[in-house]
Amino acid sequence: MEILGIALTTLVLFVGFGLMVGVLFGFFGMGGSFLVTPALLVMGYPASVAVGSGMAFVFGTAVIATLKHHDLGQVDYKLGGLMIAGTTAGIEVGKEIVLHLESIGLASGVIGVTYVLLLGGVGVFVTYNALNSDGGDSGGGHHDGADQEIDPDAIPDIAKKIQSYHVPPMMTIRGGIQVSLWMVLAVAFATGLLSGFLGVGGGFIRMPAMFYLIGVPVPIAVGTDLFEIVFSGGLGSFLYAQGGGVDLSIVAPLLAGSALGARIGSAATGIVDEGEIKIYFGLMLLGGSVAVAFRQLGDYLGMDVLNTVSFALILLSAFLVSGAVVYSSVVALRQEPDATAVAAD
Amino acid sequence: MIDVASLSPTVQAIVLVGVVLLEAIVLYVGYGAISSAVTKPLIDAIQNA
Repeated sequence: MEILGIALTTLVLFVGFGLMVGVLFGFFGMGGSFLVTPALLVMGYPASVAVGSGMAFVFGTAVIATLKHHDLGQVDYKLGGLMIAGTTAGIEVGKEIVLHLESIGLASGVIGVTYVLLLGGVGVFVTYNALNSDGGDSGGGHHDGADQEIDPDAIPDIAKKIQSYHVPPMMTIRGGIQVSLWMVLAVAFATGLLSGFLGVGGGFIRMPAMFYLIGVPVPIAVGTDLFEIVFSGGLGSFLYAQGGGVDLSIVAPLLAGSALGARIGSAATGIVDEGEIKIYFGLMLLGGSVAVAFRQLGDYLGMDVLNTVSFALILLSAFLVSGAVVYSSVVALRQEPDATAVAAD
Repeated sequence: MIDVASLSPTVQAIVLVGVVLLEAIVLYVGYGAISSAVTKPLIDAIQNA
């Protein structure tokens, strides 16, 4: 049986897969292209269609998740606009570095190793910090008003250090944090540089960078990161669509699933404990780094089976983490009666 | 009826991105309406299970 030229089983698979990715995307502000593009490649779609359709899907999901975070007061548009400016400049410089490495024949190896080390390094750092934090962010959810002054103890030391540099002009971001405009642009430029260098969306770098380097509360870092992805995903989709790389028969069912998942994931950031979000985020990155390492090794050794193992690992970690997010939300709802109001939003 | 295939690649790309954006907004509003009706009974069921 076919609907709009797609087999029913494929349709169900796409909607289900979209649902899982949507939960992760709404919860972490990352994970879209990380999961969808390899899945489409494994299913036999040409690379340009896999990347282009993956990007259009990320764009659509980011719109939905941003709208949800907006409703929860978790998007800082001023910070998002500055991050877009700094990131765009960084991506251009990152691309130039890649072109230079290509000209001397080192691009593939250097990018692959950097990607694995960065994913694994950020994963270990975030997980370690979350497991060792004993105050501040361990008490219940973090769904208080986004404009409320945040507890100074919840701000990481490195962010306090960055906030201590009073290089004018200073700006106030959500949570009442004062930070130099130049520091925000510097962090955005650095994350953009890594994003352009690695050829990835960069949510896994930007979200922790906003929290650990600027001191933005995690839910606002996620919401603002998603706002930025709306623009980068929209532009990327447009560029790939010009070359015929966006297939609506793929994007539409994936989006139908992720729209629901993104609502669940975004709402869960207001229910689940902030420390738990960081642990899941870190574990997701660690699973991703092992998977990317397998893929790099598969490419290097010419063994396709390692690419399949890599995809299975990504899928498994995504499934486990999205399941854990839903499970933690259910547990929090049963323990905290006041979480009901946030979930109902 | 506009023949999309006859449009330039740039206009086709803009239409395609517009369709994705429209689908996203329709799904957001649609699921929003459904979830506002379903969330409360669902949370009650979870808390009373």
